[in-house]
Amino acid sequence: MSASLPSGPRPRRLTPGRIGLYAFLLTAAVFFLLPLWIMLITSLKPMEEIRLGNILALPMAPTLEAWGKAWSSACTGLDCNGISVGFWNSVRILVPSVILSIALGAVNGYALSFWRVKGANVLFGVLLIGAFIPYQVFLYPLVRIFSQMGIYNSLTCIVLVHVIFGLPTMTLLFRNYYAGIPIELFKAARIDGGGFWTIFLRVMLPMSVPMLVVATILQVTGIWNDFIFGLTFAGRENLPMTVQLNNIVHSTQGERAYNVDMAATMLAALVPLVVYFVSGRWFVRGIAAGAVKG
Amino acid sequence: MSAVSIRDVSVAFEAVRVFDGLSLDIEEGEFVVLLGPSGCGKSTLLNAVAGLIDVADGQIFIGGRNVTWEEPKDRGIAMVFQSYALYPRMSVRENMSFGLRMAKTPKAEIGRRVAQAAELLQIGHLLDRRPDQLSGGQRQRVAIGRALVRDAAVFLFDEPLSNLDAMLRNELRVEIKRLHARLGKATMIYVTHDQIEAMTLADRIVVMRDQKVQQIGSPAEIYGRPANLFVAGFIGAPQMNFLNGRLEAEGGGLSFVAGTLRLPLAGYAFNGAPPVGQEVVLGVRPEHLALAEAGLWQGFGVDIVEPMGADTVLWCSDGTHTLQVRTTGTSRITRGERVGLGLDPEQASLFAADTGERL
Repeated sequence: MSASLPSGPRPRRLTPGRIGLYAFLLTAAVFFLLPLWIMLITSLKPMEEIRLGNILALPMAPTLEAWGKAWSSACTGLDCNGISVGFWNSVRILVPSVILSIALGAVNGYALSFWRVKGANVLFGVLLIGAFIPYQVFLYPLVRIFSQMGIYNSLTCIVLVHVIFGLPTMTLLFRNYYAGIPIELFKAARIDGGGFWTIFLRVMLPMSVPMLVVATILQVTGIWNDFIFGLTFAGRENLPMTVQLNNIVHSTQGERAYNVDMAATMLAALVPLVVYFVSGRWFVRGIAAGAVKG
Repeated sequence: MSAVSIRDVSVAFEAVRVFDGLSLDIEEGEFVVLLGPSGCGKSTLLNAVAGLIDVADGQIFIGGRNVTWEEPKDRGIAMVFQSYALYPRMSVRENMSFGLRMAKTPKAEIGRRVAQAAELLQIGHLLDRRPDQLSGGQRQRVAIGRALVRDAAVFLFDEPLSNLDAMLRNELRVEIKRLHARLGKATMIYVTHDQIEAMTLADRIVVMRDQKVQQIGSPAEIYGRPANLFVAGFIGAPQMNFLNGRLEAEGGGLSFVAGTLRLPLAGYAFNGAPPVGQEVVLGVRPEHLALAEAGLWQGFGVDIVEPMGADTVLWCSDGTHTLQVRTTGTSRITRGERVGLGLDPEQASLFAADTGERL
């Protein structure tokens, strides 16, 4: 009988293994999503409702009041201008830091992979070591250097710090990307008369779009989430959002406004969250590309 | 005046020096093929001519001008690579005109040259496509076109057909030959490990091995009178037959003797004084062995029959020696048959067993 013979695609069955896998995935998803969910609903509740203690309950009267307060009038220490100040500080730090570190990393990676500069391997080794040394080691020496230079506690200072510390990772990322491009392409461009910058700008950079996206994601999330550099180098005027969030959450006067804290945290996490959601696919690739560094 | 002149060139990789003073003169309009197995240094030599790697010693002249220290773009060369090396983010037109745009050539001139090259290579309809929308053969055509628009005196090809499948390879090989004929005065240096490409394209073949030139000569010379055992074995498919034996004086002349096989060498042109009594290697091409009932060598049986269409290769053995014999494709010889073999000593090659050099 031909009907009894195996033919065509094999029928899919739900095996116990599959069920276990789905159960695990579901649990993991709940585990990671629950805190976010609680933060979201708590931020939408007025304080009276929070005091009832049902943290999993949906808000009975959802209100954006806490969000507004967190944004514009929550107290960070003595000032009561909300977290918006920190948001704009973070943006001012983020934009030049991201652009500069990526631009320099790309040029570095390009020079290291194609131009075979004398001592390139040594230089690359040193950069790699730089990527692995804990940041804390550099804090005090850098503070001294910057205050000697007279730029300590300024926007320039914090941007410079982010660029310096982004450089090893960015160089590594771009060097590895360019190492995958056939050297013949570079040779062809040289015969066609391209110099260092023309080959970089007209041949290599247009090919680097995937890596540029990945680098942007890594740098935006990294710099936005930074706390210790901002606290150490930015100065009072330029404290980033993360530092101000900490100040809001830890201000100890009166009753703790959970809804405002939650809203402020959500606001601070907004930029990385948007980046993750918009670019999930690219972000995974970025993690794989930067696998050398966690 | 030579179009390209390589004088005593050495190239250094870290501590390793290759070539050790290699010299080669290439005439204007000549098609020279650098042939050798991978790692023989043929691509390195081409890159040195292009200026993509620095020479450690010696000079390179192109068109009578010393270009040893010049940038690749100033050497009057164009190059085609194995991996096509097309700029992926540019259209075919932009790819072809990139060099001219770098050189700030007037727009009208660029347009004219691109159109001319595109017509010559029949890629006019592809000009607005991106490289990733092209097939392998089309990509290599575009790469050749990009080289053409540079109006260079010397064209360098670095294994341009090695990434293509067999059919396209044949097609483009003919196209390159046609191109060379049409361009007339263009000098071409072509690197390959494929002996068919070398034989069909070259005016002169430079056979290389381990960064040393083994032989320089026309395809006929290389094939007919290989300078040493390496060249003899490398060129020709099926491979040349080699028999180890001894050179002996017999009656008035010399004979090659290998066990029961003897070959009187009347008519063989020795390169110098024949080393009588020494160990030698006899090389015979499969097509120079004739099946003959009354042949010189008897007692061979057919072990394997390999029909190749146009001809058939027979593996014949007498128990100690195995010889490949090329016969017509219509041959009806079957396995196990006894055959006699005849050969003309003038077509054979003799090599010293110790040095491998031709005698």
